[in-house]
Amino acid sequence: MKYIDEYRDKGLVRLFAEEIKKISTKHVKLMEVCGGHTMSIQKFGIPDLLPSTVELISGPGCPVCVTSRGYIDQAIAYCRLADVIIATYGDLIRVPGSTSSLEKERALGADIRIVYSVLDALIIARENRSKKVVFLGIGFETTAPGSAAAIIKASMAGLRNFYVYSAHKVMPPAMEALIDEGVQINGYLGPGHVSTITGEKIYYDIPKKYGLGVVISGFEPVDVMQSILMLVQQIESNQPKVEIQYTRVVKPEGNIKAQQMLEEVFEPRDDWWRGLGVLKDSGLKIRENYQAHDAEKMIEVVVEKTIEPKGCICGLILKGIKKPKDCKLFGTVCTPSDPVGSCMVSNEGSCAAFYMYNR
Amino acid sequence: MCLSIPARVDEIEGNSAICTVGNSSYKASLELLTPEEVQVGDYVLIHTGFAIQKLDEVDAMETLKTFNDFKTLNEQMDQEEKDNNTHLI
Ligand code: SF4
Repeated sequence: MKYIDEYRDKGLVRLFAEEIKKISTKHVKLMEVCGGHTMSIQKFGIPDLLPSTVELISGPGCPVCVTSRGYIDQAIAYCRLADVIIATYGDLIRVPGSTSSLEKERALGADIRIVYSVLDALIIARENRSKKVVFLGIGFETTAPGSAAAIIKASMAGLRNFYVYSAHKVMPPAMEALIDEGVQINGYLGPGHVSTITGEKIYYDIPKKYGLGVVISGFEPVDVMQSILMLVQQIESNQPKVEIQYTRVVKPEGNIKAQQMLEEVFEPRDDWWRGLGVLKDSGLKIRENYQAHDAEKMIEVVVEKTIEPKGCICGLILKGIKKPKDCKLFGTVCTPSDPVGSCMVSNEGSCAAFYMYNR
Repeated sequence: MCLSIPARVDEIEGNSAICTVGNSSYKASLELLTPEEVQVGDYVLIHTGFAIQKLDEVDAMETLKTFNDFKTLNEQMDQEEKDNNTHLI
């Protein structure tokens, strides 16, 4: 397939591996902060191709994983209301809440529909005017513009029974928080699809304030290997900067139209991340102008008290401090078919990706 | 959920496009792009039902060319090493 096969060339991957080995002298930890990278790194066995000096760690890049249990609990509370239909991406449905999950609620009769796109949720709202359709808006800058577009459409069409429950987040505060906390990171593999929307400027502070490089990377093995090489080159020559490897998709300025839609509908707010806690201005809240479509403002619910699962170390894994196999529950009590923590649910989660490709 | 795929635009109808990836066909909204930007035959990146960027053909070709040059150079060096029985690097 065009734009895919040529970036899976084994010979090239091997060449990049040799090149990295040749120039790498310092021991470095490179962090990726995108669920897509977590998956492709495990799937293509990239860690095995790297010299012992280069270690890859996963960061908080899986939206399902960083979302709070309180969010799931509130979604469950919404779905228990008789006049509510929940529309959600499939990833969320099996995430454990404090005492239930959306999947369990659906088995008990709640109207929960898995959608591929927020636009499908709009259609559901149009076809079910007597119901409130609540779309669970999770994801980073890549996904949030879709929610913004849907809210604008609903507002223009007067579709008053369409709501978004936003847990949308933005990436840079988390990347900075990890360094502030003292997690050892020597460079970032920048999230390719977040950057498709935002462009490169959101990372400028990272070399400036922290002296770390960011290479915005694509997702095929050749992309990832080339990006690692670029980061190692930066580190060896002591020239940290923001670079784009994934130039066939990411423009330096990003997708301006999508940025404008985000700005129109959302404003920043402090938000909670698993592993990192509350980070300033890291979440996206629906602006007052569009509050008629904000589930948090418009639909009242009583939410049960949050109970975090015992023994789950997702938080430490999302900070790159621990690996899935350090968790006592991994693969025994906690598996993709019966997940204890959120990192085992979405296939972009570190525990799930490691389970799938490495056991 | 974060996965996005490069797809070929086969048909454009108003604000949406029918796209192909491999043997499957997808409908994608073009609302996050400017209308003049996309034409039939272009490749776009689809994420949760929205085309979020047009792929840059020129750039992609250039990158591939760089890759190939890199490969050729490496092969040449291997050959030279073999011919002269030396190590260049
Ligand atoms: S294996 Fe399960 S319980 Fe352990 S950290 Fe991962 S998700 Fe949490």
